[in-house]
Parts: sequence; structure tokens; C-alpha cells
Amino acid sequence: MTPKRKKRAVIVASILVGMGLATALILTAFEKNLMYFYSPSEVAAGEAPTERKFRVGGLVVDGSVKRVPDSLAVEFDITDTAHEMTVTYTGILPDLFREGQGIVAHGRSRPDGVFDASEILAKHDENYMPPEVASALAAAQAQ
Amino acid sequence: MIPELGHFVLALAFALACIQAILPMAGAIRGHDTWVALAKPAARVQFVLVVAAFLILVHAFVSNDFSVAYVAHNSNTALPTIYRISAVWGAHEGSLLLWILILSGWTLAVTIFDKQLPRDFAALVISVMGFISMGFLSFLLFTSNPFDRLLPAAANGGDLNPLLQDPGLIIHPPILYIGYVGSSVAFGFAIAALIQGRITTQAERWIRPWAICTWIFLTIGIALGSWWAYYELGWGGWWFWDPVENASFMPWLLGTALIHSLAVTEKRGAFKNWTVLLALATFALSLLGTFLVRSGVLTSVHAFATDPGRGIFILMLLATFIGGSLILYAWRGPSTFAGGTYKPVSREIFLLLNSALLAVATATVLLGTLYPLILDALGLGKISVGPPYFNMVFSAVMLPLIAVMGVGQFARWKSDSLGRLSRQLKYTVTAAVGIAILAMVMLGGHKTISAGVGIGFGAWIMLTTGLGIRERCRNRQRPWFTLLHLPRAFVGQCIAHVGFAFTVIGVVITSFYTVDVHQRLAPGESASVAAYDFHFIGLQTFEGPNYQATEGTFEIRRDGTLIATLRPQKRLYLVRNMPMTEAGISPGFTRDLYVALGEPLEDGAWSVRMHFKPFIRWIWLGAMLMAFGGFLAVFDPRLRSPAMTRRNALVTTSATG
Repeated sequence: MTPKRKKRAVIVASILVGMGLATALILTAFEKNLMYFYSPSEVAAGEAPTERKFRVGGLVVDGSVKRVPDSLAVEFDITDTAHEMTVTYTGILPDLFREGQGIVAHGRSRPDGVFDASEILAKHDENYMPPEVASALAAAQAQ
Repeated sequence: MIPELGHFVLALAFALACIQAILPMAGAIRGHDTWVALAKPAARVQFVLVVAAFLILVHAFVSNDFSVAYVAHNSNTALPTIYRISAVWGAHEGSLLLWILILSGWTLAVTIFDKQLPRDFAALVISVMGFISMGFLSFLLFTSNPFDRLLPAAANGGDLNPLLQDPGLIIHPPILYIGYVGSSVAFGFAIAALIQGRITTQAERWIRPWAICTWIFLTIGIALGSWWAYYELGWGGWWFWDPVENASFMPWLLGTALIHSLAVTEKRGAFKNWTVLLALATFALSLLGTFLVRSGVLTSVHAFATDPGRGIFILMLLATFIGGSLILYAWRGPSTFAGGTYKPVSREIFLLLNSALLAVATATVLLGTLYPLILDALGLGKISVGPPYFNMVFSAVMLPLIAVMGVGQFARWKSDSLGRLSRQLKYTVTAAVGIAILAMVMLGGHKTISAGVGIGFGAWIMLTTGLGIRERCRNRQRPWFTLLHLPRAFVGQCIAHVGFAFTVIGVVITSFYTVDVHQRLAPGESASVAAYDFHFIGLQTFEGPNYQATEGTFEIRRDGTLIATLRPQKRLYLVRNMPMTEAGISPGFTRDLYVALGEPLEDGAWSVRMHFKPFIRWIWLGAMLMAFGGFLAVFDPRLRSPAMTRRNALVTTSATG
């Protein structure tokens, strides 16, 4: 190879290596931050992960919302009509959080089976049902 | 009767769009002058018809005509008039009509300001915009008619989503749409260039102000959206990497790459392929954005299920425009545009690098936005991609981008040397590193290093901008005169770059030094947030036009001095029985103080959200500077009128020769 060609080959190779590295980094970051959704029935069947964060969703069970006095801690049950599970959260709930409303929670499963939420989402529309919750309800009813 | 007239007018507009799309293109390709001449009148008449249809829909809203289904779902007699007007674009059908209105507005503008273009080329641009209009009008007429009747008529309407009842949301959607739709001009330009197989220098110069205008509106639209989310959603967040936000951010990123690549194409004749591809992709992402936000794909899978026609229509439209233009590009692109010589170290290369980095940034956002939707559509599980992914990957792309940007605005066109650049820039690099270290020492805290690096990069942009200005004025006989008479486009560029630095610094400081306190507070109690003391005085209730409000009063003190009295509200909108949070904010150049009421707890106490947000205004201030810089560039006489440039060129030649 002539020196000029050699130089060009080095440049091309380093660009390729750089792009490969960047792609690998992006995909790793992507994989790490993926959160899967599980319905209360799937959680009850033990399908949800124990190490990583995931999302659950369902209807807030009527009469299940319990507040801890003098703090912002709250505990409630959600259901997909087949199974229920308990969620705890400390913080301010979204405006549209109500009993009977469909919500989605991000967080981890504790060893005792309670879901420790770091974020609660209830969308800003009273007719709106989070799509995950809607399909979880449909799946539970189909069984 | 009037709504039927609206429907009829829309159908007529569709017929004109067909004429505007098909005949001029056929005429330009086959050489029929009379067909080519149809482009302008067809576009203008279509504009008048679409305006008429839009006004008819506005009339239906203002006069509370609840026999029109769309009005009945999105308005109410108790709604203030101004919100009845903005409710026109509050949901799917009306916002599509607004989209079409803006498209025909841009087309009208093209028919007026096309003096620099060869006639056939202008006709092709107008024809491509006609095809887009055809696609959207047929979508509106066949699947989403805003004039559909509701029989029997509703006694009263279902009200506008309270979230949208806000001054910010009156102007945010139209401005964002002007930005989205504006990219259709550059798209038409790219397609016309591909069909003709060449781009003339005039056409290159002609398209720049249009691309910059589009970008200005996108910038303002996104900033308004971020500002609105900040004060209206009540969380104090200003960017959530929500798919709806990403949808507007992606065309902005590519639009930024486009205006920079266009600068090279126009000045140096290089990167024509890349510019054309960017113009196509920017419009493709604008289309995708419109549909992601407005088709119901995102907010509810149900909208698709109940009306599969709509979903399929959308996919077909997207496939036609994106697929068609890419095929045309693959067929005609590589062979047609060559040109421009430059060395491996030159401003061209730095600009190319940066537009490539912007494209990579766009790709990472696209991956995070679309992947969950695709998996879901294929039934492979429901996932979501968390903000940490976007934050991490995006900042990893932004750092090299900012580094290159600093060198690029200083490097010379055509050929430069690494030796000269490093000699000239070594003090600037030292200064930026010094500022970063100083920031680390002054700020402290556990995120010091990242924050210092971010601030150092912001300083780097500002310093290199200053250096670029000095470079322009040095070695001139009258440096001060030169400084005061710099070309407007260059001044605009500098202002926009400094604006970007403001945004970067604002983002960095806000992200790392925001203090959030969520606390239970009863009247009479206080909480301390950063150096401030938030004292909860009490509550009162009152009635708004269509809501009931509970208003809290908070006094904020620092070292005993009263800084502000804030009155956050919790509103209950009666028609939809929907609660809303109105935050109380004390804005400032270096910090915002923010209070939002959460929910009532036992014994008259409330959960309260309190924030100390340092430098958050810099984010939007930076965006406004970017937009203002773009504005100056658009009104640079050298860009607008080629006649004048030619005259200047003559003067220069005669002076030197």
C-alpha cells in the first residue's frame, strides 16, 4: 500500500471502530433503561423481575387507599379484575389519581411482594385508560 | 346548513389540491407551459377555500353549535370565548385542519416570493406541496371530518380538556405547526431538485431563509411547550423525553443540521446530496411527529382499534411520502449533485461533522421513541424507555458536538491547518477549562464534575464565538467600523450560538442543582428549600368561569426578608370533573421559586411540592436568542435578494480590478 492509501485506511478503520463503539454504548444504555410492563396477574404468577425496575398498572381498588398520618406515604391496591397487588409510594400523587382510576406505577418488587413505586402516572383525561392497563384488563377478563 | 358548507368547501379545496399537485408537475416534466402556469392560481384559490373552511369551524365553536360532533366533544357554553377559538385545534380533526391551513399558507407564501426561482422549479415546489395537501385533505375528508353532525344535537358540550385551557396553549400548537409544516417547503425544494437533476445557485440561496424560518418557529414552539409543561403540569419539570416532545425535537435537530449544511451548499457548493437528504428527512420526521401526537397512536391504542381506517390511512400516507422520496433520492441523488472542493481540515468538514452528530442524536431519540411503539404493534410486549437513556446518550453526543462547534465557527473555509487552529485556540481552551474548574470550586455538591464540565462547554461556545468576531474585525483598516457593520447573517449566527450556550448552561445547572421538597404542610407551618423559607399562610376558595379553585398563600423569605408571595391553586373543572394544578412561581434570572399544591390531607394539611430551580430561565432565554439570531439571518439583505448580491459582487470586482 502507498503511504497515502495506508493513511486513508487508518482513517476509515478508526471511523468504523468509533461508530461501532458508539453504537455499542447506545444500545447498552438503551437496554439498561428499558422498563417492561407487567399486569397484576403476571406479577402474581411470578413473571416479573426481582432485580430490575418495571412497570405495573391497573385500576385503583375502591376503599384501598391508606395514608400514613403525618407523612406523604400512601398505600393502595391495584387490580386487573383477576388479581390484586399492593403498591406503596411516598410523595405527591398526580391530580387524576382516584379510586377506580387506571394508573401505571414505575418501581421495584419488594421481597414481601409489595410493589415499591418511585413514580405514579395517571394521565390527564378522565376518559383515558393507560393502554397497558386496558389490555391487561381485557386479558384478565378473557381468562 | 353552515357546517355542510364547510364540508363542501373542503371538498372543493381537495379538488384544487389535485389540480395543483398533478398538472404543474406533468407540465414541468413534459413541457406544457399552460399546465405549469396553473400552479399558482390553484394554490391561491385553495388557500382561500381552506381559510373559509377554518373560519366556518371557528364560527361553529364560537356560536356553540353542538349539532357538530367535534364542537360538542371539545367545547362548552361556559368556556371563555378565547378558549372556544383555541379549542378548534384542541383535538384530532381541528388540528389537522389547522395543519392544512398552515400548509396552504406556506404555499401561498411560495407563490408570492418565488421571483428568484426558474418558473418550472417554482411550479415543481408548489406541486409537491399540492401533493401533501392532497394527502392531508383526503385524510380529513375520508376519516376525520370536523363538520360531522351529531344527531340529535347535544344540549351542551363536553368541554375542552382543562389542561389546554391556558394562554400558553393558545399559541403553542399553531407556532409548532408552522414549524412542522414549514419543512414542506424545503421538502418541495429537495424533490424539485431531484426531479430536475440539478440545483441552481439561486435556488440554493432561495431556500435558506425558508429553512431558517421553519427552524425559528420550531425553536419557539418547542420552547413554549417546555415552558408550558413547566408551569402547567405542576411538577416543575421542563422536559420529560415524552414521545410527544421527542416528536417535535427530532425535526428541530435535523432542521438545525439542514440550515448548517445549506450554508455550506450555498457558499461552497459542497454537500448537495447531504443537504437534500436532510431536507427530505426533516419533513419525514415532521410528518411522523404530527401523526404521533395527533393520530391517537400514542395516547390510546383504542383510537386505532375503533377506527382502523384512520390508522391504515396514516401509515399509507407516511409510506407514500417517506418511501417515495427516498426511492427518488436513491434513484436520482448520488449521480446528480457533485461539486465543491475542500481539504480534510476546513470549516466544511467541521460543519459536516456537526450535522452528522445531529443526525446521530436524532437517531438515538428516534430509537427510544419508536421502538416501544413498534414492539407494541407487533405484540412483543409493552416496554417504555426511561429518561436516563435519553439523558445519557444525548449528552454523550452533545459534548463532541459542542467541541467541534467551537472549532468550526473559527475555522476557515476550503482549507485550514490544524497548526493554525491549535495556535489560535489554545488560550480559549485554557480559558474554558479554567471556567469549568472555577465552576466546580464555586458550586460544590456531589455532581460537581459533570456540572463543571457542562458549564465549561457552555463557556467554550461563548468564547469561540467572541474569537470568531475578533477574527473578522482584525487585520481590517477600521476594526470598529467593521464590528458595527458586520453582516446581519453573521451577527444572527453569533447570537444564536450564544443562545445555545445559554440553554446548555441553563440545562446543566437546573439538572444538577434543583432542590425538590415534597412535604406535608398545614397552614402556619413552614418548610426550608435551599436557602429559602416557604411559609404556608392559609387557603381560600373562589369560583372561576368554569371551575372552582382552592388557592393557597405562601410567603417566601430568605434570611427573614420577604422575597415573594405565591398563590398556587388547585382547580376543579366542573364539566369534566377534572382537577388541575396551577403552580405559583416567582421567576428570576438566576433562580425560580416554585410552589404547587398536591392534595388535601387530614386536619387541613396539604401535600405541597416546593422547588428551587436555579438558572431554569436560561433554557428558554437561550431558545429565544436562537430564534432571534435566526430572525436576523432571514432578514439579511444578502440572503434575500440576489440582485443586490450581484450588484455588490460587481462593485467588488470593479474595485479590485
